[in-house]
Amino acid sequence: MKRFFAILHARNMEFLRDKSSFGWNIFFPLLLVLGFAMVFSGDPKPLYKVGVFGSTEGLKPAESQFFKTKYVQFIPVYDREKAIDKVGHFQLDMLIDVSHGKQYWVNADAPNGYILERLLGGTGNKGYERLTVQGREIRYVDWVVPGILAMNMMFSCLFGVGFVIVRYRKNGFLKRLKATPLRPFEFLLAQMVSRLLLILTITVAVYAGCNYFIHFQMRGSYANLFLVSTLGAICMISLGLLVSARLSSEELAGGLLNLITWPMMLLSGVWFSLEGTNPVVQKVAQFLPLTHLVDGARSIMTEGAGFGDIAPHLAVLALMTALFISIGSLIFRWE
Amino acid sequence: MTACYCILYSMAPIIEVNNLVKTYPGVRAVDDVSLAIEHGVCFGLLGPNGAGKTTLIELVEGIKQADSGGIVYKGRPLGRAFLKDAGIQFQVTALQEFLTVQETLKLFKDLYPRTMAVNEVIRLCSLEEFLDRDTRKLSGGQRQRLLMALALINDPEVLFLDEPTTGLDPQSRRNFWDLINLIKSRKKTVVLTTHYMDEAYTLCDEIAIMDRGKIITQGTPEQLLKEHFGDVVLQFPEEDVNGKLEGLGLCASKQPGWCEIQTHDIDGTIKILLGRNVSLSRMNMRSWSLEDLFIALTGKQLRS
Repeated sequence: MKRFFAILHARNMEFLRDKSSFGWNIFFPLLLVLGFAMVFSGDPKPLYKVGVFGSTEGLKPAESQFFKTKYVQFIPVYDREKAIDKVGHFQLDMLIDVSHGKQYWVNADAPNGYILERLLGGTGNKGYERLTVQGREIRYVDWVVPGILAMNMMFSCLFGVGFVIVRYRKNGFLKRLKATPLRPFEFLLAQMVSRLLLILTITVAVYAGCNYFIHFQMRGSYANLFLVSTLGAICMISLGLLVSARLSSEELAGGLLNLITWPMMLLSGVWFSLEGTNPVVQKVAQFLPLTHLVDGARSIMTEGAGFGDIAPHLAVLALMTALFISIGSLIFRWE
Repeated sequence: MTACYCILYSMAPIIEVNNLVKTYPGVRAVDDVSLAIEHGVCFGLLGPNGAGKTTLIELVEGIKQADSGGIVYKGRPLGRAFLKDAGIQFQVTALQEFLTVQETLKLFKDLYPRTMAVNEVIRLCSLEEFLDRDTRKLSGGQRQRLLMALALINDPEVLFLDEPTTGLDPQSRRNFWDLINLIKSRKKTVVLTTHYMDEAYTLCDEIAIMDRGKIITQGTPEQLLKEHFGDVVLQFPEEDVNGKLEGLGLCASKQPGWCEIQTHDIDGTIKILLGRNVSLSRMNMRSWSLEDLFIALTGKQLRS
């Protein structure tokens, strides 16, 4: 334990005293969140989103006209109750159930819902039962904050662990440690715990700082949010350890880390919802740890999801962590 | 019975290297090397750049794995226990950034179960003046002293120093030699690689000369010089002896413009020279050096 704490303390000191890196970890996400809050503080986006439950193929020609309306995005939904919640949170402007009973839901407080109702009636669709949902609007900034914080965790964990270990290997520091009784497991654990403590502290500080200015929504429990954030960070650190297990070229490590982070940043739902996107993209996203971290954190914050709701995300993150650590520690080398 | 074992143990080499081979693509860096290092000696491994010194020493340290052959430490195959007993200073190394000298000492101290008191290491390596300095801001000499302190922090039985004075100014080198002599006086075994002959001659009790992955000779510096050369060499400008020593077989070697004569009997040789009317006014007399030995054995300069 003495050896573990020695390495942990040294790494913490190195991080905290490296003011440029420390500052970047704090101010980058803060600026992003504040920037988005300003950019999206005006009117909601002009695009109409309609969730469609059931198949529209068997509809009469007159009825199907509505589903060909331009400038309206029709999104197939498979979980009606979740989609109703989304109408309540202004994430969908309308939900239509065409399968049986013919019902539609709009948010009583949403102007878009009113317009879509008029469109639905105007295209000859009769006999739909009107149902209303009430709920607080989820602003884009409320929606995007979990994504930005998770993305910052991803960058910090992958580059802060992966890149640093490769640098240690390249400059011979790992070789120097190999000449001591320190075991690889103790070294890797210290790197992991150090980064975990620092990134969680920074994320809490950024969260509190942003919340002071923006007052974003937090409908779920902080304990669950902390849990999914911690597991997500451990998963990202493990991925960083895996990438850095053998490399000694900073250029190659940088390239590989970019190769991993960029797809995650684009395909994990950080900036936009993946609903309605290509099914292949949605499938690929399920293999990215950031997707599960973002979805878990976002569902807690914007929908008030409980432990049971986020359990599948936690399970996937735990599985990925076990996989990354196992392979990383097997192939790790000091030199 | 116990006393008998103690005597046997103290006489056995602390490190034995048996038929060690290490190959890299296209080069046999260590080629079937065997040697033994006695307890408490300063053992010097000499050779030009690329001779295989660093590879050999890192195999012995357990940092690299040999293709074949074995290393025995205190009568047993090299294992994890060796890491607790060994102090190692690499030729090139980096330290954790943003830490002071004092913090770096504490970091390495905490990696070992048995250590020397930090204050003692600080005093031994004269680190007092820059204890609170960031390790990135040390001069070359200060950095070498810190690296030596880190190698000593576990109070090692064997100290490995890989070209510890390369790149240091003459004053820093001298200071480093004093430090190594102080460590030697504590009965530590020191394994030193260098390509400075004066360093090896000053510090080492025993040396092995290595070239192209092989040990080409081994012994004490005095033994090796005696074995391969006469006691002294007399040097004359070629024009002073031209044609005057023919038939005597005295002129052992010719450097461009110079004639060199090896001899055990200075008085007798000088009498012969005077008898042949050789002028002694421009004669140089010098002892053979390890540099000469290396050239004689390999046909090339040590630092080439």
